[in-house]
Amino acid sequence: MIFKLERRVDDSRWMAYLSPILAGALTLITGSILFWALDKDPLQTLYTFFIAPVSDLYGWTELGVKAAPIMLCALGLAVCYRGKVWNIGAEGQLLFGALVGGAVALQFLESDSAFALPLVLLAGALAGMAWAAIPALLKTHFNTNEILTTIMLNYIALNLLLFSVHGPLKDPGGFNFPESALFTEAVTLPLLLEDSRMHIGILFALFALVAVWVLLSKTFVGFQIKVLGLDTRAAHFAGFKERRLVWLALLLSGALAGLAGVCEVSGPIGQLVPQVSPGYGYAAIIVAFLGRLHPVGILLSSMLMALIYIGGELVQIELNLPLALTGLFQGMLLFFLLACDVLIVYRIRLNPRFSTMRKPSPEALVNGADAKLSTHSQ
Amino acid sequence: MKQEKKSLAQRFAKAAGVALALFMSAQSVTAAEPVKVGFVYVGPTGDAGWTYSHDKARKYVEEQLGDKVKTTYVESVAEGADAERVIRQLAKSGNDLIFTTSFGYMNPTLKVAKQFPKVKFEHASGYKRAKNVGTYFDRIYEGRYLTGVIAGKMTKSNVIGYVGSFPIPEVVRGIDAFTQGLRSVNPKAVVKVVWVSSWYDPAKEREAAETLILQGADIINQHTDSPGPIQAAQAKGVYAFGYHSDMSLYGKDAHLTAATHNWGPVYLDKVKSVIDGNWTSTDFWGGLATGATALAPLNSAIPEDVVKLVEERKQAIIEGKLHPFQGPVKDQTGAIKVPAGQVMSDEDMLSLNWYVEGVEGELPK
Amino acid sequence: MDYDLIVNILYATVRTGTPLILVALGELVCEKSGVLNLGQEGMMLMGAVIGFIAALETGNLWLGVTFAMTAGLLMSLLFGFISLNLSANQVATGLALTIFGAGLSAFVGSDYVGTPLEGIQPWHIPLLSDIPFVGRILFSHDPLVYLSFGLFVGVYLFLNRSHAGLALKAVGESPQSAKATGLPVFKIRYLAVMFGGAMAGLAGAYLSLAYTPLWAENMTAGRGWIALALVVFASWKAERVLLGAYLFGAFSIMHLVAQGLGFSVSPNLLAIMPYLATIVVLVMLSSDKARVKLYAPVSLGKPFHPAD
Repeated sequence: MIFKLERRVDDSRWMAYLSPILAGALTLITGSILFWALDKDPLQTLYTFFIAPVSDLYGWTELGVKAAPIMLCALGLAVCYRGKVWNIGAEGQLLFGALVGGAVALQFLESDSAFALPLVLLAGALAGMAWAAIPALLKTHFNTNEILTTIMLNYIALNLLLFSVHGPLKDPGGFNFPESALFTEAVTLPLLLEDSRMHIGILFALFALVAVWVLLSKTFVGFQIKVLGLDTRAAHFAGFKERRLVWLALLLSGALAGLAGVCEVSGPIGQLVPQVSPGYGYAAIIVAFLGRLHPVGILLSSMLMALIYIGGELVQIELNLPLALTGLFQGMLLFFLLACDVLIVYRIRLNPRFSTMRKPSPEALVNGADAKLSTHSQ
Repeated sequence: MKQEKKSLAQRFAKAAGVALALFMSAQSVTAAEPVKVGFVYVGPTGDAGWTYSHDKARKYVEEQLGDKVKTTYVESVAEGADAERVIRQLAKSGNDLIFTTSFGYMNPTLKVAKQFPKVKFEHASGYKRAKNVGTYFDRIYEGRYLTGVIAGKMTKSNVIGYVGSFPIPEVVRGIDAFTQGLRSVNPKAVVKVVWVSSWYDPAKEREAAETLILQGADIINQHTDSPGPIQAAQAKGVYAFGYHSDMSLYGKDAHLTAATHNWGPVYLDKVKSVIDGNWTSTDFWGGLATGATALAPLNSAIPEDVVKLVEERKQAIIEGKLHPFQGPVKDQTGAIKVPAGQVMSDEDMLSLNWYVEGVEGELPK
Repeated sequence: MDYDLIVNILYATVRTGTPLILVALGELVCEKSGVLNLGQEGMMLMGAVIGFIAALETGNLWLGVTFAMTAGLLMSLLFGFISLNLSANQVATGLALTIFGAGLSAFVGSDYVGTPLEGIQPWHIPLLSDIPFVGRILFSHDPLVYLSFGLFVGVYLFLNRSHAGLALKAVGESPQSAKATGLPVFKIRYLAVMFGGAMAGLAGAYLSLAYTPLWAENMTAGRGWIALALVVFASWKAERVLLGAYLFGAFSIMHLVAQGLGFSVSPNLLAIMPYLATIVVLVMLSSDKARVKLYAPVSLGKPFHPAD
């Protein structure tokens, strides 16, 4: 290799902030080349993709509607990932929250009780929590890998939802189509802004953001989680109750995802349908990493992710470009970011002699970069 | 380029907000600018099935009307919270007419329609309408009835296999209509149904078809989107019917014909009425008579007399002399559901959730 | 049930299991080296689309298969570069690969949707296919199925009987000790990832060139994820991957057969079963901490720090 990666003495704080920007720039450049190859004006396309969607207040409210569930899921995941609890199951937790919350909402078709909505939201959050309790239990008591159990549970939750809307929760007056009755006003989230779809779910997300920030950076529990993620043995020696931390991370993350789910059905959707989530739980994984597992980062990255979704729709409408671009952009962005993160712990040097890469310090992991290097000897 | 100028103008419109966009869309009609038509698709235009059939029709409209129309589409729009935003975006972008082509868009379409009273909406397969929301669908079951007639004449084993997606009324209606046609010429024949719980999974559909074949079915029909069942029939040397569009490309020996959607004329009609300014909200449910449903070219293996019979039945349906669900229609227990001399009402057909006599097995609920 | 029906069910079982075996064997080798690649679905889709296009344009199906494997391999190199060279988180990289692959395959294949192709035809092996019962079930398939048999034997022998296989497992168990004994950890992991990619590409080609010869977006319909579950279900043993894939195949066939025989079942509740079974198996396997070491690669998903 002509270039070599050289270990920095300390992790570069600069690069930790610069890396996402660099990744964004690289994505934009690659995107421009792609648009140019497709015979589209790159500037105009990028404008339509990334700026036009938020060129008015309404656009921002839509961005909020789209970002809120992703943000809620990603915040929970960040807590998990900080503690090296690999919860891939936000999607399932979201769907189960939507299902149970929706089922409760359907009990209030005749009621206008003020307690209905809080009850629905609580049911959704608790359901998400319960769904996350399964991998927590299996991990702490049966030593079962949570990556695999949470993936399986995603499929189970989806099929339970499908079963319910095709069966027991089907709208009796709905000509047998697979969707529930429309929720009543009493169990629908109030709007923040008239003539928009922005509901109070975004406030929950922002509240969760502050809460997670406090938890992670101001509390002893947050500190314990971080240490656990850094070095299990150290956490053990320090006498931290590892199991309790795993439980806490998963339950919190499940509750937030469940809340995201119930907010979707009682907010913009307004009923239970087969397709509650277009993969928010999976997008949230990307968002959590993009946001370096930090609440503020997640705020920004969830908005960026939402923007890519909405922009992808707009370039279809305005410029006739295929939807596949959305996936391409998301994949590219994440690849670039993961690649750029290496610069947090390494600097690029011209290689005087073919030499070896070395490893980062554990501190790099806390930065959320999660960058650890393998040997590359040749 | 003209197109680029156009989107510059649109950008302007967006920046200035909804009011201006509406104003511009009104302007564009009076100024004899192209009428703008938006399409919302549930799948990718490349799914070779349902969405493909709609996109073909969109292209047909463009061909027919040339620069009098400008179409846009959004594909793979999830039926959840995203649908409403996309539909609204299309309305905001100055589209005069918007087709929402999946059942799950029903409530989002109505919500957006309320906020854009000047934009016309057409929703496929739903049952709720508004002043500016019409519904449309094709009576594909009429085509399925005719395929049933062919199957009844062509089967030797008297067992027909049917690959279903989800047990919703639309699919059950198709199975029942097919069975009615089948039993009208061959009372001994029965239909076996296998549900794959997916609209689109070529491998699974193929497997379902093969399962049916090895359980004695010598003709396969399908209400799923992929050509998997046709490929299975071709490989096993039995017959099959396509769905959505002519699928003979995937098995020219097996493919007897297909019950196809022909949205082109329907869309052309709706777009023209918007151009002429006489669009009204209607519940269009057209079948063979309107050309919205059609049969693909018949396989040459079908004997002359059967071709003639199918042609006669088709004419009878077109002239209203024959109805696939004309009494007596019996359910699986033999109980008469539609008495002799009556036909099933559209409303009953829309919520159909029982099998007619001749379908084997239980309908999953 | 009569004889023919049983034979046919088993025949279909083998065919349904084949794409799962291919991709799961690749993932097995990959995971045995300690690398978790969640990008199977993306690599399969790229294999399916590239294989289809190459076969259609060149008129040579086997060239299509080769291209498919190459496409899968290239995708895995992308994964390898980011997760191994740059040590990024494997879960995130794998997910990105799936998202990226789904988008890219749809993008590349948009002009080929609905194009018919004469697929790879069954090839009855002389003599073997004449054996009663077994001949019809095992030896009347298309050549890719036979290839899957061969690949299974190869992977089995590699993992259990070869030095190279031992080295691979050592790397997956403890890269530190492997490194200490002089094994090229990095290189071994790279090769394992590449093998996984090529196998996923091959599985994609099986779908788009043999099973249902056509291209359509997302035609893998989640089989990459099922394969991932299968590896766990099989407790990281090649013979159990084979068994699991056929069990899964048999299961999906049986529920179609049961319907044809007139049993009414909720398809959604049935669909839960394989996932539930996987969790149960997983719990049984891992609840005993001593035994789990016999199964799951200890360092699975954990990047390697040479100085630890």
